[in-house]
Amino acid sequence: MHVEVDVPRCVASGQCVLLAPDVFDQRDEDGLVVLLNENPPAELHDAVRESATVCPAAAIRLEEA
Amino acid sequence: MSVAPTGRVIVVGASAAGLAAAETLRGEGYTGTITLIGDEPTAPYDRPPLSKEILSGWSPDRLPLRAPADLDVLDLDARYGCEATGVNISESTVLLADGTEVPYDGLIVATGVRPRVLPGTPAHVLRTLDDALALKDRLGLGRTLAVVGAGFLGAEAASVAADLGTRVTLLEPAPVPLAHAVGEDVGRVLAQVHLDHGVDLRTGTGVSEVVPGGVRLDDGSVVEADTVLVAVGSRPNTEWLTSSGLTLDDGLVCDEFCAAAPGVYGAGDVARWHNPLFGTSMRIEHRTNATEQGVAAARNLLGAQRPFAPVPYFWSDQYDLKIRAYGHLRGHDEMRIAEGSLEERKFTAVYRTADRLTGVLSVGMSPKGVLAWRRSIALRARWQDAVPASSAGMAR
Ligand SMILES: Cc1cc2nc3c(=O)[nH]c(=O)nc-3n(C[C@H](O)[C@H](O)[C@H](O)COP(=O)(O)OP(=O)(O)OC[C@H]3O[C@@H](n4cnc5c(N)ncnc54)[C@H](O)[C@@H]3O)c2cc1C
Ligand code: SF4
Repeated sequence: MHVEVDVPRCVASGQCVLLAPDVFDQRDEDGLVVLLNENPPAELHDAVRESATVCPAAAIRLEEA
Repeated sequence: MSVAPTGRVIVVGASAAGLAAAETLRGEGYTGTITLIGDEPTAPYDRPPLSKEILSGWSPDRLPLRAPADLDVLDLDARYGCEATGVNISESTVLLADGTEVPYDGLIVATGVRPRVLPGTPAHVLRTLDDALALKDRLGLGRTLAVVGAGFLGAEAASVAADLGTRVTLLEPAPVPLAHAVGEDVGRVLAQVHLDHGVDLRTGTGVSEVVPGGVRLDDGSVVEADTVLVAVGSRPNTEWLTSSGLTLDDGLVCDEFCAAAPGVYGAGDVARWHNPLFGTSMRIEHRTNATEQGVAAARNLLGAQRPFAPVPYFWSDQYDLKIRAYGHLRGHDEMRIAEGSLEERKFTAVYRTADRLTGVLSVGMSPKGVLAWRRSIALRARWQDAVPASSAGMAR
């Protein structure tokens, strides 16, 4: 799985950080998403998929092998 | 109840909640047909930018919620430009406007809301891409705009319009805008921001009808404007369910699992469900809730039986202010400023209902810091444990 984030779309909701804190973080100053791991391990895939689905800005995109 | 992995699930409403439901069904291994029915002509697109970036310059091609290739992977039986007109619960079929009847094993209702309108001359509203493009055409230097309703939607549209040079009159019947949602102190701060940006905000001003060239106020006088935007709230799209036997009461009434009947679930702006975290029924018109509830409804349809107990989240951009709120602020008993100050327009306000911390709203603060308050709300923290007694007590 390969993860991409479209930072200009992000609305800093923090939903992805709540679901997958090992993959997503937020910048301190404005809360925009920071991608920690663009190739997360298999045990995190479900949480990353859910992050992409619930992201209220459709800012997370996945390429699944 | 759970649906068999073959057969058909129908999702009515092809927007944030419906798409999240469809994506979750596939993600959780549902291999049957997923029929996604939406009366708008296009694939699902995002609405929050309609009162923000689209009015100020984003091209509409940034709006689709998924790239075509990502939709293809879901292998949906997508029917856009197609209206559902009824549902027969005992036969498990959905009736479409073209007269066809489609059988289902599971049904997810995600038909959202539509704007309320005012009597008189037709005016602009803001719900669809076409609405936003029509309004955008009417904004700019030398133009005048009357916005009826200073809720979040009206306030956002007024702020973008003013930034673009439009002369804006913002008309609000309540004495303080948004007081019912955020409390009077925060409402007054947001009101002052409009005035600072040259918007002619008139509170305590009811509008009775739209007239050619403006609006008529309750006192009979007329406010002139080239363009009128009506932003006075919305109504759930449930008319198509009227004779279904499903319970309708300001939305489709669902239990804590988002179920309206066996095999029938509701999600998003249209759904009124029992949120066990706050012990109350709620219907929320928030973007995050739409996707989270779409996920929850789809999982429960597949048999998860998990109560949907979210901490609601809402954001709004007005001028240079970023407003973020978690929890259930409506009907709160007290608001306190926990950090920062109202005067500087940088603050975290916390809200008490009975003896619990039930909400937090921040303006200009680090979003990460606000997440700590969210956590306390999710853990049902008691007010006296969560809110330091030293906060700048502003009881209300
Ligand atoms: C301009 C604007 C700005 C917003 N800004 C914010 C914001 O800043 N923050 C925030 O949290 N939220 C915001 N929201 C709210 C957010 O967009 C909604 O909560 C979200 O769109 C709800 O998604 P939904 O899928 O439940 O419903 P909708 O998006 O309303 O989708 C329902 C779909 O169902 C279709 N439909 C209805 N009836 C039928 C039928 N009988 N047959 C077939 N299809 C049907 C509708 O046409 C629509 O396409 C904003 C909304 C608007 C309009
Ligand atoms: S969920 Fe989406 S909008 Fe929210 S912080 Fe993550 S990327 Fe940004």
